[in-house]
Amino acid sequence: MTEKPIKPRSAISGRTPEKGSSLTPGHDPLSERLNFAGTRRDFLKSLLKLAPVVGLSALGVGLGQIVAANQEKQYDPTKHWYGMGIDVHRCIGCGRCVEACKEENNVPRYPYFFRTWVERYVETKDGEVRVDSPNGSINAFPPSGVPEQRILKTFYVPKICNHCAEPPCVQVCPVGATFLSRDGVVLVDESYCIGCRYCIQACPYGARYLHPKKRVADKCTFCYHRITKGLRPACVEVCPTSARIFGEARRANTPLWEFVRTHDIQVLKPHLRTSPKVYYCDLDSEVR
Amino acid sequence: MPSQVKRLLLLFAVAAVALILLRHFLVPKSFGRYGHYRADAVGAIAASELRYSGHLVCAECHDDIAGTKKASKHAPVSCETCHGPGYSHSQDPTENKVSVPSGRERCGYCHNYDASRPTGFPQIDPAAHGADEPCASCHNPHQPELKVETPSCEACHTEIARTLSQGHHRGLNCTTCHGSGTTHQVDPKNIKPEMPASRDFCAQCHAEDATGPKNASGIEIAPRVESVTRVEKAPRVDMAVHGQDYLCWQCHFPHLPEARR
Amino acid sequence: MEELLRQLAEALKHVTGFIYPNEIELHWGILIVLYPFITGLVAGAFILASLERVFNVKEIQPTYRLSLLTALAFLLVAPLPLLAHLGHPERAFEIFLTPHLESAMAMFGFVYAWYLMVVLLLEIWFDYRRDIVLWSESPRAWRRILYSVLTLGVRSTSDKALAFDQKAGKFITIVGIPSAFLLHGYVGFIFGSVKANPWWSSVLMPVVFLFSAIVSGIALVLLIYMVSSWLRKTPIYMPCLDRLGQFLFYAIILDVSLELLDFVHRLYEAEESIDILGQMIQSRLFVSLVVVQVMIGTVLPLVSLAMLRALKPREVVRKAVYFVMGSIVLVSIFFMRWNVVLGGQLFSKSLRGLTVYKIGIAGREGVIAAAGLTILPFLILLVLVRILPPWIKTEPTEEAQKKD
Repeated sequence: MTEKPIKPRSAISGRTPEKGSSLTPGHDPLSERLNFAGTRRDFLKSLLKLAPVVGLSALGVGLGQIVAANQEKQYDPTKHWYGMGIDVHRCIGCGRCVEACKEENNVPRYPYFFRTWVERYVETKDGEVRVDSPNGSINAFPPSGVPEQRILKTFYVPKICNHCAEPPCVQVCPVGATFLSRDGVVLVDESYCIGCRYCIQACPYGARYLHPKKRVADKCTFCYHRITKGLRPACVEVCPTSARIFGEARRANTPLWEFVRTHDIQVLKPHLRTSPKVYYCDLDSEVR
Repeated sequence: MPSQVKRLLLLFAVAAVALILLRHFLVPKSFGRYGHYRADAVGAIAASELRYSGHLVCAECHDDIAGTKKASKHAPVSCETCHGPGYSHSQDPTENKVSVPSGRERCGYCHNYDASRPTGFPQIDPAAHGADEPCASCHNPHQPELKVETPSCEACHTEIARTLSQGHHRGLNCTTCHGSGTTHQVDPKNIKPEMPASRDFCAQCHAEDATGPKNASGIEIAPRVESVTRVEKAPRVDMAVHGQDYLCWQCHFPHLPEARR
Repeated sequence: MEELLRQLAEALKHVTGFIYPNEIELHWGILIVLYPFITGLVAGAFILASLERVFNVKEIQPTYRLSLLTALAFLLVAPLPLLAHLGHPERAFEIFLTPHLESAMAMFGFVYAWYLMVVLLLEIWFDYRRDIVLWSESPRAWRRILYSVLTLGVRSTSDKALAFDQKAGKFITIVGIPSAFLLHGYVGFIFGSVKANPWWSSVLMPVVFLFSAIVSGIALVLLIYMVSSWLRKTPIYMPCLDRLGQFLFYAIILDVSLELLDFVHRLYEAEESIDILGQMIQSRLFVSLVVVQVMIGTVLPLVSLAMLRALKPREVVRKAVYFVMGSIVLVSIFFMRWNVVLGGQLFSKSLRGLTVYKIGIAGREGVIAAAGLTILPFLILLVLVRILPPWIKTEPTEEAQKKD
């Protein structure tokens, strides 16, 4: 292992947003650069020039804040509209996404609470359809038990909150604890939610659950704390076959846009007109 | 106005004032700024702790491993897929370590055979493959492909091999119908193997006067297992009449030609 | 949380077919079954009272004040199952402060407050005001204080004031009828407007809820009238009881017609959800729906009450039938709520599987808590009939008459 300069510790997220601002990126400016290969190294080099400034860290003045003062980029939610594409052909049902989501977001590890899960469909030649998702598929799948000669086709379908553009869950919240953010993410305000569970009933996709400790509604947030820093959601990050494509649903020449443009796209339960923003390609008609 | 009404109106006025006062003091200040919700909630959610770094962060320090992996079959696999969340490690590498999978369990999540996995994905039968040794004892996780003279199609196309093994085409080489596959193995997702294009291909064995498959140079291709699959034993049809308008594989599944509904 | 995890682990063993992983926890349990049952009783009892007041059905006059007090007792208890069910009951006031007007549930704050204050309390006050003023002149100190407060300072018993009381009461009753419809109808709308759930999503849901509420309200008042007369050892006024029985019979017919309409419509359209719903009725809901709600709870009372009208047996037989059938009807309407609320959660929204409801004994959502909340209104009613006796008609004292 070659010698490498240990990256200096930076003042990381957790900076409380200023009163009156909807979002001060509790941001780590270092992390913001993470998407651009190469600049990280240049950035480290430029940090060396700031060596004397680094000493100030001891005074409790965080490195991140120094850098932030130099180059603060405020996250503007009105410039984004997030969605996700799912390429059903690529999913191998390994369950790494389920594990990463639970790790990243502190989802209780019991088999009753999921922000995302993977379903396996086995369609037999005589018309039977078997679906399963053992523990959300966090440990992949055991053999289906259907003899291979009987199988007509079989595949995996990852499921997640669809972050609908017309969310029925938001419509029914009696107090305004769940909402569609300006950048297209359906979020839950856990200090305002009263735990009436109406939103859980109203979701057609089973995407919500009641957090057993916090006693409020909980669900996928598209890893909001990551995407607002330019990172990808945890499930997208760890998918080994790039079956999940996260990005801008409305911006041309982006990966999600190209995915939607070049594939026949389906959404779940279109007849309910919830306008989901999770786009599947080549989704079998048996998938609910 | 009757005294009842006067008294009741007074009481309602008191209640209304009380409600207005309560609203003023109890409704959070940022509520309603962008919609019917507490605007400050967005910032609070965005300030949650990170657990995963993202693949580019690992490469900053571990660039040699990243380089090896990038040129291997595990290129699309993020470091944290196998090693778990790495953010705390990236913040303080000496204090916090990531997990290093050993044994066979973690590799199995992806590579244990399951009929539902898409065709072409490399899978093994855990009971038969590797004799209970840790996967890493033969496969470098950052460069998992082993150097083999002629990699068999079966290594990735396990499901097709299993299907094929049930029927009479099991004696055929994959290459008989699909060509050599050398370029396909270089970039499987983008370079597809050759596929037969017309009824004439199947007619090489199944036409009434068929003499057997020939390669591009006109040389006969021998079957892999002659005892099972020989052109003399192939069922013959009148190609002019049988399924005339269709390609053969629109009805017959070439990997299991006997398959019935 | 331990109890919850244990219940969920147990439930997971009994799942048939496929359910979305999050669906293993049933979120609206017995407390949410109780709430529409209680508000239904409120609405039904009130509508019965209004029949006397607005439509001048004289025979049921002995039950008028009793119906109002019953409605009040149950209305006071109504928010309790909701509060007990919330994940954060201490934040419940948010419904009053920042109600999300797109949500039917946000209506709760307004409708409840409106109905409690403007309709029920006011109607009771106007009807009792004269008696309250008279009782406030009692020699006993605590009674004097209590009733003086209840007069709200309006002590006039002049003919003009009393005439206004009558007019106001009638007006409020007229306003109260649609208010009662709203109080219980919105609960039906809470379920009926959920497009994600094919068992609930129906135009008929608010209507069915309302008419079954009327059935339960009539049955309740009938039972309370019989029990209170028996406790007070006063004879039952049979024309009143027969009239109540008649209204009960008609109300059941109306209610059954609506539910049958929903059923036939579903069967005829036979859209996507019908297979799993049929499976659910035949397995998970067989006892509660087919046996209890339909056979015992609807067919039996209908036949019995019809036979009463046809055969006109003697008083003792009629009393027995009214009592038994009234009780059965109450249980039946409870199970109607049970079948709607739990039925909507026992099948998966993937339409591919069924789960089970595991109810505990102790805890906020346990059987004991639910039983307690069911008994509580009767205890409150006992207190109310002491404070505002529906049976005593006092004459104004000499002094009071001289004052005006």
